[in-house]
Amino acid sequence: MAYYPTRLKTRQTYSWVGKPLLDHELRYHTYKEMSVKIEGGLTEIHIQVGQFVLIEGDDDENPYVAKLVELFEDDSEPHSKKRARVQWFIRFCEVPVSKRHLLGRKPAAQEIFWYDYPACNSNISAETIIDHVQVVALGPDEVIPVDLKNEQTLFVKLSWNEKTFRPLSPELFAEFDQPQEGSPRCQKPVGAKTKGLGSPTWTTAEHVIKRIESRHSNSKSRRTPSHPVTPKAKKRLELSSNTRISQQNSGALLDSPGRSKRKVAFSEITSPTKRSQPDGLHTSSPALKAPQKTGEIQSSCAKEDKKASPDCHRILRTRVPALKTTEISEERTLTPLRGGRKSSAVPSMVLKPENIKKRETEEPEAQDETTSTPHRIRRKNSLLTMNRIRQQLRFLGNSKSDQEDDEFLPAAEISDSGSEEEETSTPPLPRRTSSRVSKNLCSSVKSSFQTPSQTPQKTPKPSTPRHATPQIRSRNLAAQEPASMLEEARLRLHVSAVPESLPCRELEFQNIYNFVESKLLDRSGGCMYISGVPGTGKTATVHEVVRCLQQAAQANDVPPFQYIEVNGMKLTEPHQVYVQILQKLTGQKATANHAAELLAKRFLTRRSSPETTVLLVDELDLLWTQKQDVMYNLFDWPTHREARLVVLTIANTMDLPERIMMNRVSSRLGLTRMSFQPYTHSQLQQILVCRLKHVKAFEDDAIQLVARKVAALSGDARRCLDICRRATEICEFSCQKPDSPGLVTVAHLLQAVDEMFSSSYITAIKNSSVLEQSFLRAILAEFRRSGLEEATFQQVYSQHVALCRMEGLPYPTMSETMAVCSHLGSCRLLLVEPSRNDLLLRVRLNVSQDDVLYALKD
Amino acid sequence: MSSRKSKSNNLIHAEYLSQVQRILRERFCHQSPHSNLFGVQVQYKHLIELLKRTAIHGESNSVLIIGPRGSGKTMLINHALKELMEVEEVSENVLQVHLNGLLQINDKIALKEITRQLNLENVVGDKVFGSFAENLSFLLEALKRGDRSSSCPVIFILDEFDLFAHHKNQTLLYNLFDISQSAQTPLAVIGLTCRLDILELLEKRVKSRFSHRQIHLMNSFGFPQYLKIFKEQLSLPAEFPDKIFTEKWNENVQCLTEDRSVREVLQKHFNVSKNLRSLHMLLMLALNRVTTSHPFVTAADLMEANQLCSMDSKANIVHGLSVLEICLIIAMKHLNDIYEEEPFNFQMVYNEFQKFVQRKAHSVYNFEKPVVMKAFEHLQQLELIRPMERTSVNTQREYQLMKLLLDNTQIMNALQKYPNCPTDVRQWATSSLSWL
Repeated sequence: MAYYPTRLKTRQTYSWVGKPLLDHELRYHTYKEMSVKIEGGLTEIHIQVGQFVLIEGDDDENPYVAKLVELFEDDSEPHSKKRARVQWFIRFCEVPVSKRHLLGRKPAAQEIFWYDYPACNSNISAETIIDHVQVVALGPDEVIPVDLKNEQTLFVKLSWNEKTFRPLSPELFAEFDQPQEGSPRCQKPVGAKTKGLGSPTWTTAEHVIKRIESRHSNSKSRRTPSHPVTPKAKKRLELSSNTRISQQNSGALLDSPGRSKRKVAFSEITSPTKRSQPDGLHTSSPALKAPQKTGEIQSSCAKEDKKASPDCHRILRTRVPALKTTEISEERTLTPLRGGRKSSAVPSMVLKPENIKKRETEEPEAQDETTSTPHRIRRKNSLLTMNRIRQQLRFLGNSKSDQEDDEFLPAAEISDSGSEEEETSTPPLPRRTSSRVSKNLCSSVKSSFQTPSQTPQKTPKPSTPRHATPQIRSRNLAAQEPASMLEEARLRLHVSAVPESLPCRELEFQNIYNFVESKLLDRSGGCMYISGVPGTGKTATVHEVVRCLQQAAQANDVPPFQYIEVNGMKLTEPHQVYVQILQKLTGQKATANHAAELLAKRFLTRRSSPETTVLLVDELDLLWTQKQDVMYNLFDWPTHREARLVVLTIANTMDLPERIMMNRVSSRLGLTRMSFQPYTHSQLQQILVCRLKHVKAFEDDAIQLVARKVAALSGDARRCLDICRRATEICEFSCQKPDSPGLVTVAHLLQAVDEMFSSSYITAIKNSSVLEQSFLRAILAEFRRSGLEEATFQQVYSQHVALCRMEGLPYPTMSETMAVCSHLGSCRLLLVEPSRNDLLLRVRLNVSQDDVLYALKD
Repeated sequence: MSSRKSKSNNLIHAEYLSQVQRILRERFCHQSPHSNLFGVQVQYKHLIELLKRTAIHGESNSVLIIGPRGSGKTMLINHALKELMEVEEVSENVLQVHLNGLLQINDKIALKEITRQLNLENVVGDKVFGSFAENLSFLLEALKRGDRSSSCPVIFILDEFDLFAHHKNQTLLYNLFDISQSAQTPLAVIGLTCRLDILELLEKRVKSRFSHRQIHLMNSFGFPQYLKIFKEQLSLPAEFPDKIFTEKWNENVQCLTEDRSVREVLQKHFNVSKNLRSLHMLLMLALNRVTTSHPFVTAADLMEANQLCSMDSKANIVHGLSVLEICLIIAMKHLNDIYEEEPFNFQMVYNEFQKFVQRKAHSVYNFEKPVVMKAFEHLQQLELIRPMERTSVNTQREYQLMKLLLDNTQIMNALQKYPNCPTDVRQWATSSLSWL
């Protein structure tokens, strides 16, 4: 399994290397090189234009492959200014399943396809680039090497244009041939001819009816494993920058900023396959540089390098000298297939001179970090050796092409051993790492969020829902930070603001923490039922517990665990809970029934290295079904020793287990109960004070008042915060001078409470029209006359007519009165039957008679 | 010469009038956000501040705008959105989702519509793929990934909010409010409803997550303001091409507001309903009478329009009935008087009718029973009478119990206006005992 360390583990900083070149037509700065610094400063990856790169995708194991065409800075993008233009490659697994048969053979494991589809958005954020990768072009009749275990080399044999697989055109092939060359603007002569020019493609069917597939089929297709056929090949081609394509594409790409992005994405969606990918490549070697670029410069150092101790690295500046181009292209024509062979087999590694010493000093640190990123370091070491060998090989290749074949064997061997070393390092990776990765996913997503529009652009081909990135587009303008004291207070008072600690829930916190911790330590499972009225901090407390436990797990105080959260209200149907759990647990997608089976299998059978799963089920009552099978399963699994499942359930009512659950379900739930009492006024006060710790925006009396008011009403902390927030607004609004808003007083708070809780019926009656008021009077009169709380419209109408006559109002016609009645009914001042009953419809008051009288008094 | 001139004048006049019609009709029929707001400045300020905080600061909010029908809820929100979108930094920065409870009748449809309007990535063309559950988790995931400072605020406008509360489990509302109360994509959830008891419809968990902000629109203006509104609505804007004509038109409108009969008409209208939509209806009817030969709205036009507005629709139907049918209705009225609103059947009505014809009537022909039955059925079709229970096969039509859906006063009023009503019928109507 190739595993590409992505940015999940470390944060990376991206910076340009070299001076910007001002592009006169395009009006932005273009760069030739970019360096990626991994947090901690250990490693630095240099990525140059023309290299093949891996680009962050949905799938950690198969990142997108692309060729870097251009690096530039785009000021029109507010967040991510570093942009890159790429030529995509596509993996076989990204080809829609219905088109896969077109290949006519099994694809090789490391085979990718040139993605020949101009509509694909190739403008991406440079910060999605993970690393570079080696891509080798093969002629149509060449076989993909089979025994090569270096997974980091990918092979291109065919191009895919959404309809057919074709052999690479000679121009493309020539471009692959070229040694990588720094400037994308530099046009290369098309010298190399490939043997397979014009030879028939592998595809059996050339013309296929194009149709847009439904994503369902696509998503399924994604799940079907790609055939891991090991390729056989003797020859590889070194890939290099293809300038022509980039220029063709650039025109289409330039207009992407702003809204047009969306459109691009749209048009691509309709063509389902569109999936271009960065070429897979080994990453993690610090300061990797495009091997080919260094060209002959390296030759002198290469031998030294070979002998040098692993820690001592030669650094080569890889500015591509312009004069080299002729030489290189010449060489390419001579040895089109060999030039890159070694370098493709072994990743190059070049360190910048400035970094030598730094690196040496950092090496020990890197070793220390092995625990956190073990396999990155491992791989690094292997890469170091490979790098040296490769450099030498390149030197030889450049000088004497004859010797290449001789040199090839050792290179292959070494690269094999290198990759073997890697492979041995990969399997022992504890399961935990992978799950940790999935847990960290959201944080990485968050970080990618800060560089907006990268994702929508980067994944412009969400042909399947699985690939669609669920994301609201990001804002163009940064959110303003609070300016005044009141705004600051309002921000802190928002329910969403997460306080540092949860005051007043210490006991509950401790109980839940102890429960989960003990289960973790015992490596057993169990259920807990948590109840409490809304707004008493149930979910927040559990979240806090999990957060603390995760910290403890990182500090190795408790065994690591996996945390999953489902919410009954966020499901369309109770059985969907299986689907959600399965997806969060393993990332699999399945139907509800299938997911239930898989989960049962997972929890009820012994696993090799099970780690405890903590499952939070919010709004439990909504998981009720006639057979109660969902609840039964959820509570049954923890009782099995192998499951190691801790289930925390949350609902509103204390007696839910007794009330709605069958005996066999409630018995499995157990007796570990916890109930959250509504907050008292002193607790609410403490919560407010805690939130407003350093902000003096409220009078003390005001805080006490609102705490008492809310405690008397419901004890809902959300209400309390909302009232305070509204009070700050009222305060701001009433103080006309914005610079000195002053404190929120009791009066402001009272007004806010009034606004939120006062019944509007009386105002509504007061503001209704004359006829509506007299109709209400008529109803009261009719009620008094009949002694009932209900009357038919006809009865009220006759009263109404009489009343109008008395008050000197014009005679109300039946239609008018009916309109008045239905109007009052639509406001729910009256409860009325459907109006098809006409005269016979029954009318009741929805307000007390006293209220009506009071409202009509003046 | 002069006739030609007047003819061309007429042409110009016609041109202007058609423009007047166009402008005013647009004003009356569309809820254009260009028209002014009346007496809701405080509420407007509250709403616009709230929206601005969402758009600029990324603060999540939820609010309900409550007011009776025609009180300008939609106009208020449209105005606020228009102003919001005019702020430059905001216009590119805010996504809007408009939902209507009458259109999105369940959460499944609503989710698809939201996904479509947000242009999320599982949208192809106008279609949203995936099952209901997939859509929900997709949308929630999308919204969850945002945070206050970096993602684009979304303004949800839920028209007919009360209908969303009837969706199963209130899933949509729960999730929207939950997001607005947690650190996810900033949301402003704005519900428009005419129900005053809206909070009672919300489930307790949903209610707890709603911020309890309510903006009430109550039509709290009095008659003087109503007059002002009337004048403003009927006046031509300053942009109108011909100044002289505009002046004349507006002068006429000014005269109208001072006219006593017009005031009476308006007062009457105001008494019935403060709803601005009903005022628009009145003005529309008056405007329809404006032609080249009758270029300005007059008090008479308004009076006539008012009459049309306040007309009793059932009385109108009665005017079109035949004498036999009128006789049957009178017979039913008498039966109601005698049996105190108890239901009756055809046979009873027929007997009553027979009595009248045999003893008193000179002008009414003694119709055959099937003919009378036919007339009776016609009344039923007009829904002037209504069967008490469902028509079943078992009961004979003659004996099916019916109720009259006309009030006595309505019958008497209709009879007075009934053309060519025979005198004996009229007398019979006033008293069932008149034949004695």
